[in-house]
Amino acid sequence: MTSLEAHNLTVSYDRQPVLWNVDFEVPAGNLVGIIGPNGSGKTTLLKAAMGILPADSGYIRFFGKPIAEVRDRISYVPQRQSVDWDFPASVMDVCLMGRYRKGNLFGRLSQIDHEIAAEALHRVGMSEFARRQISELSGGQQQRVFIARSLAQQADMYLMDEPFAGIDASSEESILAILRELKSAGKTVVMVHHDLHTAIEFFDWIVLLNTRLVASGPKAEVLTEENLRSAYGGKLTLLSRVADLVKQQGFPLREKSTGD
Amino acid sequence: MNANLIWVLVGCILISTGASVVGCFTFLRKRSLAGDAVAHALLPGVALSFMIFEEKSLWVLFPGALLAGWFSLLSMEAITRYSKIKSDTAIAIVLSVFFAAGVVLLTRIQAMGIGTQSGLDAFLFGKAAAMLPVDIYLFIIVDTLLLLVIWAWYPYFKLYTFDRAFAASNGLPVRRIGFMLSTLTVVAIAMGIQAVGVVLMAALVITPAAAARFYSRSLGRMIALSATIGAVGAVFGVWVSYMAPAMPTGPWIVVMLSFIAVGSFVFAPRRGLWSRYIRLRNYQLKVTDENILKRLFHLQECLPGAFHSTFEIAEVRSFEALPMQRSLAKLLQNKAIEKSTGSYRLTPEGMVSAARVVRLHRLWELYLNKRMNLPLDHVHHDAETIEHIITPELEEALLKDLNYPLYDPHKSVIPGVMPPI
Amino acid sequence: MNDFWIILTGALVAINCGLLGVYLVLRKMTLIGDAISHAVLPGIVLAYLVAQSRSGPVVLLGAAVFGLITTFLIELFHKKLKLQADASIGITFTWLFAVGVIMVSALSGNVDLDQDCVLYGEIAYVPFDLIYIGEKSVGPVALWMQGGNLLATAVLIFWGYRGFFISSFDPGYASGLGIRTGVWHYVLMGMVSLTVVMSFNAVGAILVVAFLAVPPAAAYLLTKSLHTMMAVTVAFGVISAAGGFYLAQWLNASISGSMAVMAGLLFLSVFLFSLLKRYFRKGKNSQYHLDPKPL
Repeated sequence: MTSLEAHNLTVSYDRQPVLWNVDFEVPAGNLVGIIGPNGSGKTTLLKAAMGILPADSGYIRFFGKPIAEVRDRISYVPQRQSVDWDFPASVMDVCLMGRYRKGNLFGRLSQIDHEIAAEALHRVGMSEFARRQISELSGGQQQRVFIARSLAQQADMYLMDEPFAGIDASSEESILAILRELKSAGKTVVMVHHDLHTAIEFFDWIVLLNTRLVASGPKAEVLTEENLRSAYGGKLTLLSRVADLVKQQGFPLREKSTGD
Repeated sequence: MNANLIWVLVGCILISTGASVVGCFTFLRKRSLAGDAVAHALLPGVALSFMIFEEKSLWVLFPGALLAGWFSLLSMEAITRYSKIKSDTAIAIVLSVFFAAGVVLLTRIQAMGIGTQSGLDAFLFGKAAAMLPVDIYLFIIVDTLLLLVIWAWYPYFKLYTFDRAFAASNGLPVRRIGFMLSTLTVVAIAMGIQAVGVVLMAALVITPAAAARFYSRSLGRMIALSATIGAVGAVFGVWVSYMAPAMPTGPWIVVMLSFIAVGSFVFAPRRGLWSRYIRLRNYQLKVTDENILKRLFHLQECLPGAFHSTFEIAEVRSFEALPMQRSLAKLLQNKAIEKSTGSYRLTPEGMVSAARVVRLHRLWELYLNKRMNLPLDHVHHDAETIEHIITPELEEALLKDLNYPLYDPHKSVIPGVMPPI
Repeated sequence: MNDFWIILTGALVAINCGLLGVYLVLRKMTLIGDAISHAVLPGIVLAYLVAQSRSGPVVLLGAAVFGLITTFLIELFHKKLKLQADASIGITFTWLFAVGVIMVSALSGNVDLDQDCVLYGEIAYVPFDLIYIGEKSVGPVALWMQGGNLLATAVLIFWGYRGFFISSFDPGYASGLGIRTGVWHYVLMGMVSLTVVMSFNAVGAILVVAFLAVPPAAAYLLTKSLHTMMAVTVAFGVISAAGGFYLAQWLNASISGSMAVMAGLLFLSVFLFSLLKRYFRKGKNSQYHLDPKPL
C-alpha cells in the first residue's frame, strides 16, 4: 500500500520554485529518508504535504486521500528550532498537545487523553520530566518530547523534519529504537534527514531531492554514485536560471487552467 | 514672505532631511521600531532638563533628550541580552515606561506651575510655528554635522548596514561604527521632535525610507529620495502650521509622508502594484498571442498553406473570446498572420515566431525529461508556461546543454535548431 | 470612595490588558498591540461624534473595528507588498494615529476629547461619571465597562485556552492538525482592539501599551507555566494600579502615567532579581558588558 505520493508537485517560496515537478511514491510500513543538499526543498516538501505551504501545482495524497480527509492519521514533527523553548509550558503540556484535535479544542481533555500522553512520555523515557519546564531540557530531550507528542496522536504516519539534528548520541539511539518499533507496528515514518552517511543505516527507502526528484526507491537502488553526484553535485544551472527568471517576472507558474 | 516663516521652513527641512537619511540605515537594519521607542523616551529627558534648568530653549533641552535617548537604547539592549524577553517586548516596555515617566514629569511641572508648561506640550505632537530662530541655529549646526559625518563615513556605514559580519571579518571597527550610527540616530530623532513630536517621530524615520526603497535598491539613491520625501512632508507640515496655528504640525507631516509612501507602493516603476499589474497584463497578452501562433503552427504542420477558422484555433485550447479577438487583431497588424474570408494563416514572419515558441516548448520538454528525469506525460504542462519566458540567452544555453537536438521526447521535430558550424 | 473607584478601574484596565498581553508577549506581537492601541483613535473620535457623549459603550464597539483594520493593513503591507514587518507596523499606526489627532484637534469644539486625554486619559474623572438606576448610583460608567470587558476577556481566555496555547506555542504543528491559526490570530487581535478601546477613556493610548506589555513581561521572567504567568500578571497589574495611584498623589502628577511607571518599577525589580539569580547560579565567570544594539 502506498502511504504517501506526490504528483507533479511544484512549490514556490518567495515566488521562486523550490520544488519542481516532484513525483514519487512511498510504500507504507517503512522508514523513509528525504535526503538532499541544503536548499533542495526537503523541508518545503514536508510543509507542502501538511498543507502549511500552498503548492503551485500538483498534489499530495496520503493513503490515497487528500490530507484534509486523513489528518487524524498523520502526525507532523517540525524542526526543533521552529519553536521558542522559553515558552512557559511543561513537558506534559507539550505532550498533551498530541491529543488536541480540530474538533475538541473547546472542551476538556479526558482521562484517557491524559493516560495516552503519559504512556507516550514513558515510551520516550521522559516520564520523570513531566512537570519540568521545557526551557530546562537539552536538545535531545526536547526532541524526545516532540516525538512523545506525536506518539500521543496515535497516528499511522509520521512526518519529521530533521529530528536527529544537534542531539546527543543516547537520545539519537532511543529515538531510533522508537522509530523501529513504529515500523514493526506497521506505521510509516517519513523523515527529512541532514546526514547522508547515517541515512544508509537508518532508512529502508530513500527520496533523493535537489529541487527536482533525483531518485526514489529502496536505499540500495537509490544511493548509487551517479544519483549522488546528480543530487549533491550542485544545482542544475539551467534550472536555477529559469527559476530566477520565474521569480523576477513574478508571474504565476501555471497559466489559468485551460483544460489542456 | 515672513522672515520667520523662512527660518522655520529651513529648520523643518533640515530636521526631516536628517531624520529621513538616518532612517534609511535604521530601516535597512530592521530597527525602525526601536527608533520609535527612542523617540518616546526623549520626553522624560526633555522634561527633566526643563525641571533642572527651568529653560525652554532647545539648546538646554537637547542634551537631556540625548541622554534619555541613549539610556533607552541601553535599556532595550540590556533587556534582550540579559533575560529571555524578546526584542519586540523590550521595545514596547521601554517605549511605554519611559513615555509614562515623561508624562508624569510633564503633569508634575504643570502642577508645580513652573513657567508655561504648554510650551513643553509642543513636544508631544510638534509645533513648527513655535520654533525660534535660536533653535534653528542648533538645527543647522547639528544637522550639517550629521550629514557631514554620514558623507565622510559613508562606505563604512554602507558595508556595516548590508553585511556586518563581512565588515567585521575585514577588520573594520564594527563596534565603533555601530556606536556612531546609534548616536547619529538618537541625535536625528532628538532634533525632529520639535517639528513632529515624540509620538509620531517614528514616522519620519520609517516612512520616507520605506517609500524610497520601493524606487531603488541602491543605497545612495534611496538616501537621496528619502531625504526629498522627508523635505516635502516637512514643507507641507509647516504650511499647515501657518494656515492653522492651533493645529499641531506632526500629524500633518505624517499624513503627507504616508500619502507619498502609499503612492510609491502603488505607482513606483517596477516594484509598485500598478506597474506589476501592467506587466502581468502584458504578459498575459503575450501568452495569448504566442498560444495562437503555436496553434496555427501545429495546424499547418498537418495542412501546410491552409487557412484555419477561429473555431479550429480555439478547439484544442479554450481561449476566451475577447482576448482571442484582441490577439488576432494585433497579430494581423504585426503581419504575423494573414486573413482571408474569416480564416487565418501564418505569414512567413509569423512562421518564424511560431516556430520559436514551439522550439522553446519542445526544448524545455526535452530538458525536463532528460535532465530532471520527468516522465513523458509530465513535461507538457510545465513547458506550456516556461515556453513564454525563456530568453534568447537561455535558449542558446539550452541548445548547447542538450547538444542541438533534433527531436523532442515525443519524437516530434524541433523546428529551427541550427547547430554552429 | 473616589480613590477606591479610581484604583479599581485602573486595576481592571491593567488586568484586562495584562491577560491579553500575555498572549501578545508569547506570540511576539506586542508591537502589533502597540500599533492597535494607537490606530483605534480615529475610530474612537468617530464613535464620540456619533454618540455625542463620552460614555457610549456600544458605539465604542464600532471603534474596535479599527483595530481589526490595522491588523489587516499591516498584513497587507507585509505579505502582499513585501514590506518588512517593522515598517508595515510603523507606517500603518503612525498614519492612523495622525489622522486621529487631526480629527481631535479639528473637532475639539464638538467632541469632548482633547489631545492630552488621548495620550494619557482622564482616570481622575472616572468617579464623577456615574450610572444611576433610579436615584442610586451603581458606580462609575468606566468601572462597569471594564467589568464587562473583563467578563468577555475571561470567557474568551477560558474557552479558547487550548486553542491559544497551541497556536502560540507551535503554529506549524497546529496547522498540521487542521487548526485555523489565522482565525485565532484575528480573534485575539479583535479582543485586543476591544480592550484598548474600552480602556482609552481611562488611561489613553500609550499607557494602554504599558499595561499590555509590562506586567506580562515581568511575569514571563518569573513563571514556568501559562496559568501562573496569567495569575502573576493580574497581581502585578493590581499592584501597579494601587501603587501608581499613591505615587501620583505624592508627586501631584498624572495618575495613569504613574500607574505605568509603577509597572515599570515592578518590572525593573523583577528583572534585576532574575539577573542576580542567574549570576549566582552561573558563578562569577560570566562576561557582562553592555553594548546597545546599534540603530
